[in-house]
Order: sequence, then structure tokens, then C-alpha cells
Amino acid sequence: MTRKIMQHRLASTLFGGVFALGLSVNAPAKAEELRIGFVAPLTGIFAQIGKDMQNGFELYLDQHGRKLGGMDVKFIVEDEQGKPDTAVTKAKKLALQDHVHMFLGGLLASSGYAMAPVSTQEKTIYISSVPSADDLTQRQLDKYPYFLRTSWTSSLPNHPLGQWACEQGYKTAVTIAADYAFGYESTGGFQKAFEDCGGKVIQKIWPPLGTKDFGPYIPTIKTNADMIYTVMVGPMSLQFPKQLRAAGIKKPIVAGGTSYDEFALPFMGDEVIGDVSSLHYSAALQTPENEAFVKAYRAKYGKVPSYYSENNYTTALWIDEAIKKAGGKWPGSEQFIKIMASVKIKAPRGPVELDDMRNPIENVYIKKVTKTKMFGYDKDELWNVVIKTYPHVSQFWTYGKDAFLKQPVYSRDFPPCKYCE
Amino acid sequence: MVSQQAKVLIVAAALLAFAYIVPHSGSFVILLATRAMAFAILAMSVDLLLGYTGLSSMGQAAYFGVGAYLTAILATKMHFGLGWDFWLVVVLGILIGAALAAFFGLFAIRASGVYFLMITLALGQCVWGLAYRWNSLTGGDNGINISARPNFGIDLSNEVTFFYLAFAFFAVSMALMYLLVRSPFGRSLAGIRERELRMQILGYNTWLHKYIIFIVAGGFGGLAGVLWAHTNGHVSPETLVLTTSVDALLMVVLGGAGTLVGAVIGAGIVFGLREYLSTLVPWWQYALGGVYVLTILYLPSGLMGIPARIRQRLATPGKNDVSTELKTKQLASEPS
Repeated sequence: MTRKIMQHRLASTLFGGVFALGLSVNAPAKAEELRIGFVAPLTGIFAQIGKDMQNGFELYLDQHGRKLGGMDVKFIVEDEQGKPDTAVTKAKKLALQDHVHMFLGGLLASSGYAMAPVSTQEKTIYISSVPSADDLTQRQLDKYPYFLRTSWTSSLPNHPLGQWACEQGYKTAVTIAADYAFGYESTGGFQKAFEDCGGKVIQKIWPPLGTKDFGPYIPTIKTNADMIYTVMVGPMSLQFPKQLRAAGIKKPIVAGGTSYDEFALPFMGDEVIGDVSSLHYSAALQTPENEAFVKAYRAKYGKVPSYYSENNYTTALWIDEAIKKAGGKWPGSEQFIKIMASVKIKAPRGPVELDDMRNPIENVYIKKVTKTKMFGYDKDELWNVVIKTYPHVSQFWTYGKDAFLKQPVYSRDFPPCKYCE
Repeated sequence: MVSQQAKVLIVAAALLAFAYIVPHSGSFVILLATRAMAFAILAMSVDLLLGYTGLSSMGQAAYFGVGAYLTAILATKMHFGLGWDFWLVVVLGILIGAALAAFFGLFAIRASGVYFLMITLALGQCVWGLAYRWNSLTGGDNGINISARPNFGIDLSNEVTFFYLAFAFFAVSMALMYLLVRSPFGRSLAGIRERELRMQILGYNTWLHKYIIFIVAGGFGGLAGVLWAHTNGHVSPETLVLTTSVDALLMVVLGGAGTLVGAVIGAGIVFGLREYLSTLVPWWQYALGGVYVLTILYLPSGLMGIPARIRQRLATPGKNDVSTELKTKQLASEPS
């Protein structure tokens, strides 16, 4: 009897405690601090990616005495739990309660789309350091004057990839990509460039996001195609090449970057050696900036940085440069956007700058998975060795801004599959 | 025992205190309270089914979702519902929730117990699939952003004003549901929960009773969705994913099924822990998990069962009032 009462008391005390704690904590705002809110999924299925994002930003802060451009940084991390609804709440919390100068992050395109209006309502800068939804910096930019992007658009690295695949002499391709907006935009970019150069996409397959068994899809892949284009995310990236090769299909794979990102690569087997992918970053990039970054990151966190880490590291670097240029103080939101757009950065991924739609112009790397030693590490590991660099690529590729914006955003039905049999 | 009038007075006083205190706290608290109230309407609608009728619905998010999508689609595609016509959208939201429930009810009400749960789950997932795949209408997994809140002389873009609006909807919904469950109709629902066969023998058309309450719950779900869409300014398939239904169900169980107030308390606690505590500490999930486990283990009748528990302890042995516990046990073993 008494034991049970005790347990009840314990439970209620715990409750009371939790709430008292919640109400007593209040963030006082100091004058000279740069307040940065960071929204990332720290629980749920995307927690590891969220950690990579946070690590990237924190690494830069730690390397620079937790100051950006001479201002002390108050870095407030919020968990968006992988849900756009929660991302909105957390972004609003950062703006309303913590009075941040800017918030950044989000992972999925849906989180990016959901948080962008918060920046407009609260007149607070939102920097998309990962979400790559094309339209945020294309057809919908007008709605979001306080928004800018330091990462990429989904289609950006896939345009050059389509061109490259065509130049390798591949005539026909089958695409198989995760069935959601990111998959559509990546595939769309590839298909457009590939077909403009003379290639033909003869089949498009869309397994649902989170597919764990590709058994039903692999046998439907047309055998007369020269190559397979794929873009997968998370555990799908590990499963697809494994099952494809196990099924005896030896066709070359040309993939969107997330399929072979350093986030997934250490968990892959030797069957992926020789697969090609494209992204605006590779950890195997042979530049002094990148080597220093990879070594510092690996020494601190015990793993090779993924593009999620690099993008956030670069965001911190970018803010650092902008605040420096503003004279070591917060210049106000409108001015900050202008300064961010005017500075040119030498990031680990290479030179980066914003175009007039506030999306980066950056190098795109065509990468081949290779087992090799890199940067003096003594073990043979899988690395995304760069085989070709397309410098200074804009989100509009070679089409020109106006012509590009006239076409609809890439979707399941656009570009239409003209050569599908 | 506290009399029924006294209970109503306590709840009314608590609501008034809530409406007074919240606008004087931080703006983030206001935002969270608004969200919690919109969701509490959904949780109460689940309670109508679970607590009062003994139907454990796993698809309540579907009605919530159609209400939210209706609001978002009308606002973005037709600029409808951003002025006085907001009230029309509220009515339409309720109607579409009810209409969908009326359709789904035809399939679901025939089943009972775990089969009912599976059917509602499946139907709920159909709606989710539609939201996810019907790109041209719903924007796929990117969802829809609503650019502005309604302004009909009263500007709802002000968080405090919107809080009061949500509070009004919440309080009215609660009162309506309370009247419903206290009515003869509500009493016969309780009869169905306890022993459906006996009710049938007494001459009640139990199918129709269940069908009607299912539709009513759907209507309230739709209303909650309309409010939710404007609270967030964003609707995506994540709004009506299975977890939303499960959350609502858990809130009811946590607070205490068959009490309405329990659903509200449950919603408050879950939102408090998940969205407020998570801004303070990284271990909020343990707190939430701990609360669930402790409640299920020691308070099978939910937090609202605490007073009964205390009375039970105080009473002399042999005169134990075990009715609450019995009721819940029956609820668990005979959901029909």
C-alpha cells in the first residue's frame, strides 16, 4: 500500500518539478550577442543527420572561440523532430521568445517550406542550410524576403550529371528514385539535361520513401537501358545498390548525391565501388580547405563529414564573413541579406557565392566511389573520389534564369517521359 | 463525492483562469496553448468514441486532416476564408469532417474491437496516401503554406487575438460535447459501451447510435483541423499521419477516457512535454515516455482517476470504491 502511494507521490513530484523547471527558465537577451537559432531533427529517424548538421556548425564555432565576425554567439539548438509542424513551432519559439537574429537549418524540404513563412511573419532571417526544395529560391522566392540558402537546390547537381552521363555515351536510362518532391526534382534535373543532350529516359520507377525491400521494383527495370539513374535517401541508399547487384544487374549506376553521401558510405559494401554520383561536396575533395576541415571534423567527431556537416560549417563561415564585413555588429536583417549576397566564400566545398535569387552558385563534383587511402589515413576506405568538376554552377544550369523559371517545377510528371515505352 | 454542478464549476473556473493567465505569459506559451487547444478538440472527439462509446478509433487524424487541407486549399487556391468567409470555412470544415466520417462509418461501424481499430487505421491511411500523392491539389509532401490568417475587422494574425478565438471554439466544443454525453443519447452510448447486446435487446438501434456519434466526432475533428491549419500556417501529410491519430488516442488514455476533461489534460501534458520541455532539455522524450508508462502501470483510469484513487485509499478497507477501476477493466476487455 504505502509503496504504491510513494510511487504516486514520486510521479506527481516529477511532474511538478518538470513544469516548475520549465517556467523558471527564461532567456535574458544581452546587447552585443549574435543570437542564432538552429533547428534540426535531434530525435526520430533523422536524428543522426541532425547531429551531423549540428556538429558541422559547432565545429566552426569551436574553432573560432565561439565568435562570428567578432560577436559572441548565443547558439540555441532546437529539435524539430523531423516534422514540419514542430519545425514551425520551434522557429516561432526562436523568433518570439529568444529574439534570435536568424534561425537556420531544417532537414527535409517540407520543413524548409514550413519555416520560410515564419521568417516573413516575424521579419527574422531564415537560412536554409540543408533543405533543397527548388521552388524556395525559384518561383516562390518573392514571398520570402528574409530567406536565403547556403546549400543547394535538388536539381542543381543533377543538371551537370545528366550532361556528363550523356557525354559518357549512355543513350538510354532508367530512373528509380524515392517517391517524393526531392526525388522528383533530382530526377527532373537529370532527365532534362540528359535528354537535351540527346539521351533518352525510357522508364521511371518511384518506390515509396522508406522502401526497405526493392524486390518488387528491381525485376521491372528494363534490360535494354544503358544505365540506371537513382536517387535515394537514408536507409534506402544502403539497400538499393546491395539488392540491385545481388540480383545480378551489372548496369552502371549514376546517382544523385544523397545516394552515396559520406553519411551512408561507411556502411556500404564493396559492391558500390565504381558507382558514380554528383553533389556540390565530396569529403575526398583535394583542396587545403577541405583537407583541414575533414581532418578537424574527423578528429573531433570520429567520422568523415557528410555534406550535411559541410553545409552547416560553411553557413557558419559565411555568417562570420558577413558580420566581419558589417563591422563586427548586427547590421539589421535587410542589410544582412545584402551583405550575405555580396561576400564570396572559400568553403571546404570550393568557392561559393549567392546568385540574385539567393541560392548558391557553386562547383558540382562528379564523383566515383573508390576504395583508397585519403589524407594520410592508414586504412583503405570508400571515398567519393572526384572525377570531374563543373565549376560555378547555378541553379539554372545553362538554361538562363528566365527560360528556366518559365517551365513548371520538376515533378512526377515533368519533364514528361516522352520515350517511356 | 463532488457533485456534478461543482465539477462543472471547477472546470469553468479553470478555463477562465487559463484564458486569463496565458495571454499574460510569453508569446511562445500563447502559441503552444493555441496549438494544444486546437488539438484538444480532436482529443475530445476521440474521447467521445473511446471513452463514451467504447470505440477505439485509429483514424481520427483523417477528419482533422481534411479540415486542415480544406482550409489551406481554399485559402491558397481561391483566396477564400481570409475575411468574413472564415466562418463559412469553419462550417465547411465541420461538414467535410462529418461527411467523411459518414462515409467511413459505413465501413467501420460494422466492426468492433480490434477490427474497428484496424479499419479506421486503414481508412485514415487512405486519406494520408491521398494527401501525399495528389500533388496538384495538396502539394505532396511539401504541403501547403497559408500566407495569412483571416482578417474580418478583427485581425487574427495577432497571436493573442487568435488565442482567444481558438479558446472560444475550444470552450464551446467542450460544452457541446459535455451536453451531448449527458443527454439521453449520450447515456445510451454509455450503455452500448458497457454491454451492446443488452442495449439491442432493450430495443436500441445500436448501429445507428454508433454511426451518429462517429459522424459527430468527425465533425469536431474537422473543426480542430481548420483551427490547426491557421495555428501553424502550414499543412502537410505529416498533419494527418498515423502518429497524429495515435497521439490523440494516447492523450485520452493519459488524461482518462470517458471524462472529456481528461483528453484536455492529456493534450496539455503531451504538448507541454513535447514542445515546451524539448526547448529546455534534450531528455524530454524520457519524461514523456516515463509519464506514459507510469500512467498505464499505476493509473489505468488516467490522471482523472487520481481523485477516485485517493478516496479509495482514504476509505476504510472493505468499503473500497472500485467502480472506476472496474469500468476501465471492462473497457479494456470488452470494447464493444
